[in-house]
Amino acid sequence: MDQLTKAAWLIPLFPFAAFLLLTALGRSYRLAGVLIASIGSLASLVMSLLVFIERLGPNAVDYSGDSYKWIGLGEYTLKIGFEITNLNALMLVIVTVVSFLVNVYSAGYMKKDERITVFYGYVALFTFAMLGLVLSDNMLVFYIFWELVGVCSFLLVGFWYAKPAARAAAKKAFIVTRIGDAGLLLGIIVLFWYMPGHALDFSSIHNVFTEGQSGTITTTITTSIALLLFMGVIGKSGQFPLHVWLPDAMEGPTPISALIHAATMVAAGVFLLARTFDIFEASAAAMHTVAYFGGFTAIFAATVALAQNDIKRILAYSTISQLGYMVMAMGLGSMTGGIFHLFTHAFFKALLFLAAGSVIHAVHTQNIHEMGGLGSKMRITAWTFAIGALSLSGIPPFSGFWSKDAILASALEENPFLFAVGLAAAFCTALYMSRLFFIVFTGKSRLQQPAEVKESSKVMTIPLLVLAIISVGAGFIETPWNGWLGSWLTDGAEDVHASGAAIVASIAVGVLGIYVGWLMYGKGSIERGAAGAKMPWLVHLLERQYYVNEFYDAVIVKTVRAVGKSLNAFDEYVIGGAVRLVGVTAGAGGRVLTRLNNGQTQTYGLTAIIGLIVIIAAIVGRRFW
Amino acid sequence: MLPSYLTMAAILFCIGLYGALVKRNAVIVLLSIELMLNAVNLNLVAFSKYGDVPSLTGQVFALFAITVAAAEAAVGVAVLIALFRARGTVNVDEFDEMKR
Repeated sequence: MDQLTKAAWLIPLFPFAAFLLLTALGRSYRLAGVLIASIGSLASLVMSLLVFIERLGPNAVDYSGDSYKWIGLGEYTLKIGFEITNLNALMLVIVTVVSFLVNVYSAGYMKKDERITVFYGYVALFTFAMLGLVLSDNMLVFYIFWELVGVCSFLLVGFWYAKPAARAAAKKAFIVTRIGDAGLLLGIIVLFWYMPGHALDFSSIHNVFTEGQSGTITTTITTSIALLLFMGVIGKSGQFPLHVWLPDAMEGPTPISALIHAATMVAAGVFLLARTFDIFEASAAAMHTVAYFGGFTAIFAATVALAQNDIKRILAYSTISQLGYMVMAMGLGSMTGGIFHLFTHAFFKALLFLAAGSVIHAVHTQNIHEMGGLGSKMRITAWTFAIGALSLSGIPPFSGFWSKDAILASALEENPFLFAVGLAAAFCTALYMSRLFFIVFTGKSRLQQPAEVKESSKVMTIPLLVLAIISVGAGFIETPWNGWLGSWLTDGAEDVHASGAAIVASIAVGVLGIYVGWLMYGKGSIERGAAGAKMPWLVHLLERQYYVNEFYDAVIVKTVRAVGKSLNAFDEYVIGGAVRLVGVTAGAGGRVLTRLNNGQTQTYGLTAIIGLIVIIAAIVGRRFW
Repeated sequence: MLPSYLTMAAILFCIGLYGALVKRNAVIVLLSIELMLNAVNLNLVAFSKYGDVPSLTGQVFALFAITVAAAEAAVGVAVLIALFRARGTVNVDEFDEMKR
C-alpha cells in the first residue's frame, strides 16, 4: 500500500542527480542542461504527487523512514532519516510543482544567458535542498538543509554577479538570514540539552511538548526555545526586523524570485513553525510574540508596498506581508490557516512573479511608471497576472480569499486587535495590487520603444496558465463549510474557523481596496498625487521603506565596520608589528653572524674562546649568586 | 709553591692563546700553540709534585704530551710547507678556504 511513501527518500535525489550531472557537463550543453534539470524536477513532481495521493488514503499513518546512523557517542546516536506526514506531503507537492514550472519557464526567460546551465544547476541544487528540508526527520538534518537553501539563495541572488547591486544583495541576503540562523542553531542546542535522551527528531519533540507531558521541560525553557527557533523564522521568512534582505534579493533572476523568494524558501520559516508547532503551543508568551510579529510585519510591509515603483519590489514587500499573515496565523494557534495560506500563496505569488518576469522580459525595465498599456499587447500575461492579483487581494472565489479568510476568522476569535490589523493589511494589499495592475496593464503606454513589446513565448506562458488554474482552484480544499485540509493536517484536532463577519469584512476591504485603486489609477477620478501633496512626509517615509535600511546602516553596519576597522588595526600594527619585529631581529642577527663566517681560523678560534668564557662566567656566576 | 707554578702556567697559556689568535705569521701561530701545550705540561708537573695527591702519573703524562706535541709540530710544519708551496705565503689572513 504505502510502497511509494517508503521510497520517498528518492524525491530529493532526482534534482540532486541533475545538479551533479549539470556540474559535470559544463556550460556548453545548453539544451541538454535544461532538459536534464526539467526531467529531474518532473520526476520529483510525479513522485511527490503519488506520495500525496497515497497520503489521501483512509489509513495513512505518519511514516519515519529507515534511519542511517550518522554519529554515535556512547549511548547517544544521531540519525539521518526521512519522515512523511501529511504536512510534509503537502509541502512536497508545493515545492515540486513550483520548481517544475519555474524550470520550464526559465527555459524561455534565461534563454539568452550564457550561464544558463549553471543557473539550472543551482536551481536543481536548491530543489534538492528544499525537498531535503521538507523530508528531514530531525532538527539537525533540518538545520543542515536550512543552511543549504540559504547558500543556494545566495548563489542565485548573486547570479548576475557582474552587477554590483546583485553582489551586495547576495551578501546582504546571506548575512541577514545568518543572524536569524544563529538564533535557530542556539534554539536547537537548547532543545538538544533539555530534551529527554537528547532526542532531536520531530516525533519526540511532538511527544514531549504535547500537553500531557508539558511538565518535562519548564515553561521558561520552552519559551526561550520557541523564541530562539522563531529567530530563524524571522530571518528566513523575512519578518520584521530582518526583512531587509528580501526586497534586495530581487536583484536575482525573476524565476528565482518566484521559486525561492516567494513560494518555497521564504515559506520554510512558516514550515518550521508548523513542524515545531507543539513547542510554540506549549508557551503562551511565545505564541503571542509570534502573532504580534506576524501581524506587525503584515501591515508594515503592505504599507511600504503602496509606494514602491519597482514591480518586483512591490511583489517582494507583498510577499513579506503575506508571510506576516502566515506567521500571525501560526501565532494565533491556527496552524491550518498558516499552512493553507502558505499553500495558496506559493501558487499565486509564483504566478505573479512569473507574470512580472514575462513583463520585464518584454519591456526590459522594472519601473512600473515606464510601462503602461501592456494589457492589449500581452493578453495571457495580463489575464494571469489579474488572476494572481485578485487571488492575493482576497476576492472570492480565488484561492487567496479562502486562505486569508481562514486566518482572519481565527484572528477574530482569538484577538480582535490582530483581526483589525489583518483587515487593514488586506485593504492595503488590494490597493497596491490594483495600483500595480492598472499602472502596468492599462492606460497609455509610457514605453521607450512601444512597438517591440509582444507576448512571451509559449514556454513562458504555459506555466503562467497552469499556475493561474491552480490559483483559482486551490482554495476549495478548505472553505468555511468544508474543513478538509484542517482535519487532514491535524488529524481532526482543529475545527473550521468560520465566521460570517470575517467573510463579509474581508470581501468588503478587498473590493474597497480595488475600487479605490481603480479610482486613482484606472479611472483617474482621484488625483494620484493627492496623498503626496497633502502628506509628502508620509509618502516619502513609505518610499524610503520607513528608513529601516538607513537605520541599520547608521546604527549596526557603521558600528560593525568601526569594530572591524579597529580589530584590523590591532591585527595590522600590534600582532603584525610583533611578527615583523621577530623577523627583523632574526634577519639582523643572521647578518651579524654571516660576517663571522669569513673562513679565518683565528676568527673561529676567537669566537670559540669567547663562548667558553661566557659559559665559564655563567657557571661561576651561578655559584656566586 | 703551587700557586706560583700555576700563575706561571696561566701567563704562559695566555701569551700562547694571544699569539695563536692574533699573529699573522703561521710559524709564530704554531709556536704559540707549543707555548700553550707547555703551559699545560707545567700544570701537570706542578700538580703531580705539589697537588693534594702527589704521584708520578702526572709527570709521565707530561712526557706523553711532549711526545704528542713533537709529532703535532712536525705535522703542523709539514702542512705549513705544503701550504707555502701552494700559495706562496705563510700569512694566516690569506688562508680562508673554509669560507667556501
